[in-house]
Amino acid sequence: MTATGSSRLTAADIQKGNMTVQSDSPVTLIRPPRGWQAINLRDLWLYRELVYFLTWRDIKVRYKQAVLGIGWAIIQPIVTMVVFTFIFNQFLDVKPDAGIPDDWYPIFAFAGLLPWQFFQGALQRASTSLVSNSNLLTKVYFPRLIIPSSAVAAGLVDFGFSFLIMIGLMIYFGVPFTLQMLWLPLFLMVALLTALAVGLWLSALNVQYRDVQHMVPFLLTIWMYVSPVVYPIDVINVSGFWKAVYALNPMVGVIQGFRWVLFGTNPPGWMFAISMTMVLLLLGSGLFYFRRMERTFADLI
Amino acid sequence: MSDIAIHVNGLGKRYRIGSLHTSNYHTLRDSLVSLFQPREKQPNGHIWALRNISFDVKQGQVLGVVGRNGAGKSTLLKLLSRVTEPTEGEAEIRGRVGSLLEVGTGFHPELTGRENIYLNGAILGMKRAEIERKFAEIVEFAEVEKFIETPVKRYSSGMYLRLAFAVAAHLEPEILVVDEVLAVGDAEFQRKCLGKMGDVAREGRTVLFVSHNMSAVLRLTDETVVIDKGGLIMQAPTAEAVDFYLSRGFSQEGQRVWEADEVPFGTAPFRPRAVRVLNSQGKVVNTIRSVEENVIEIEYELSAPVTGLRVGIYLMSTRGEYVFTSFDTDDAAEFERMTVRPAGRYISRCTLPANLLNEGRFVIGVNASSYRVKRYFQDEQALTFTVDAAGAPGMHWPEARLGPVRPRLNWQIEAIQA
Repeated sequence: MTATGSSRLTAADIQKGNMTVQSDSPVTLIRPPRGWQAINLRDLWLYRELVYFLTWRDIKVRYKQAVLGIGWAIIQPIVTMVVFTFIFNQFLDVKPDAGIPDDWYPIFAFAGLLPWQFFQGALQRASTSLVSNSNLLTKVYFPRLIIPSSAVAAGLVDFGFSFLIMIGLMIYFGVPFTLQMLWLPLFLMVALLTALAVGLWLSALNVQYRDVQHMVPFLLTIWMYVSPVVYPIDVINVSGFWKAVYALNPMVGVIQGFRWVLFGTNPPGWMFAISMTMVLLLLGSGLFYFRRMERTFADLI
Repeated sequence: MSDIAIHVNGLGKRYRIGSLHTSNYHTLRDSLVSLFQPREKQPNGHIWALRNISFDVKQGQVLGVVGRNGAGKSTLLKLLSRVTEPTEGEAEIRGRVGSLLEVGTGFHPELTGRENIYLNGAILGMKRAEIERKFAEIVEFAEVEKFIETPVKRYSSGMYLRLAFAVAAHLEPEILVVDEVLAVGDAEFQRKCLGKMGDVAREGRTVLFVSHNMSAVLRLTDETVVIDKGGLIMQAPTAEAVDFYLSRGFSQEGQRVWEADEVPFGTAPFRPRAVRVLNSQGKVVNTIRSVEENVIEIEYELSAPVTGLRVGIYLMSTRGEYVFTSFDTDDAAEFERMTVRPAGRYISRCTLPANLLNEGRFVIGVNASSYRVKRYFQDEQALTFTVDAAGAPGMHWPEARLGPVRPRLNWQIEAIQA
């Protein structure tokens, strides 16, 4: 019997009455992997509910035994905002973007922290996600892509709470609500894709090289300072070429976009285009690398 | 050929030595270092965990898979359930596969019973609607109604296992791949699990069933494949395959010797050496006579003193029924005397009284443990031997006697009315 011969019913089979319940069942071929493989979209679709359940588990478990529970999602950005305001605005005299009043620094910083903390949390969880779910990897099949994806998605709930504070702050500071705010999901999506793209690379690398675990906190500290979280993008006073290099960091485009959406300053222009291109490159390569490494996860982990 | 549910053709899986048992991961430094080392110094050993495996499973068939620890059974199941990918060969599977390589995969201790049912169900590939539909049934099967809103970390281990198995048992894939899940839980629960497995089999689903429990394999499967050292040795009707498996690999001379590399990891300080069957003349034999006294001895080494140790045997029929269990410190006074067994080499020897066993083949299992502390070593199929019943009671009737024992009982025939 050949593999192809058995994989479809012939007319003769049907005539002989050999058609069985299983004839319309999916046929799975298991064979050694060869080279680069496309993403298995059919399986991703079949297992879509698992993304939801794993995300839900991450959120539930994270706050289950914490006394303050979801309060942590609120306390963290507020305390950071207060500290930044004192250190950078009061003592180091960092000013917000041109066109924003000086005493708006807290909300200016918060608008940067909003996408940044989401990105930071998502990347942190995604990069260790495969290793911390090793019990699943070695025992059940499902598209491995689901694990880092749901780790990233779990950060959306925290983002939601932070965003509520943002709205409160906007009312307090008298920032007008504009139609521009409808663009916000786009920039959030870019932050999410960036976290996923880098998360794919790091989580797959982490399976083989646990060095990644030590590298991520360090990487994130550096990354925050090369993103305009505490300072306005104008302070990067360099030539166009170096500005383009700076914009290779997708979070530059994201944070700039958030501030544009909320305060109407510095609309994202060519720098955002560079950021977007970088995200797509990272995501494409991340998917390929992840897909290639995926088959060895269960053996290496 | 559309009635074939699983078609396996020349399947093989190679592991790099070192990635299998010892270091599970590399650091970047290792990779950088090995980059600068001469080629021949790199460990380039590979082992085939499985090779040249070919078999077919018909739709609706329940196929047993037996083999010793490390024979490659788990690798086969992992390949078929797509947890890992083969190095060569191919397999073709028609239908949705549900694999149960362990119970409770993905259970989270902080989540409640209800939450874990949903989570575990989704991980095993169930749809949300499907879980909702079967929720009541799952809870009832697991007998955890009262604790369904309690985090599973507060469950007793029995409750935990029942819940985990209940979710898995309600999977409805066309093909079910099951590994050893029945080796857990108490006897009552095992019976329940086996019953459920039997139902699954009768529903006409295709099942691949891996187990060490020969009576379960005999009860549930029609055909069985025997795997040894990564190769498929035999595919035959279950009774034949089980008999072959039980008598194979154990030497025919009535003793089983454990070489250093055969001792499983983690038995220290207990190190099994051998188990032997000796006849009344003190010779190591494969066949004993039931009318004589015979001896079973276990030789072992302790690398450190062990408190409360008991070394003993299980005796089983080849159908997997237990005949008895006995330990060297069953006598309370002897247990007192041997509270701490110092390091050294030992033989624990027991005498099988004459007129105990019926004719047939028997399996000796070995167990070394400290009650409620640790099980150091266990091999449930260490050795088989044959009992010859010549001269036993009732042998003047040439019929097979039922039951594993054949005692010489004291009968008196009394005429109460002349």
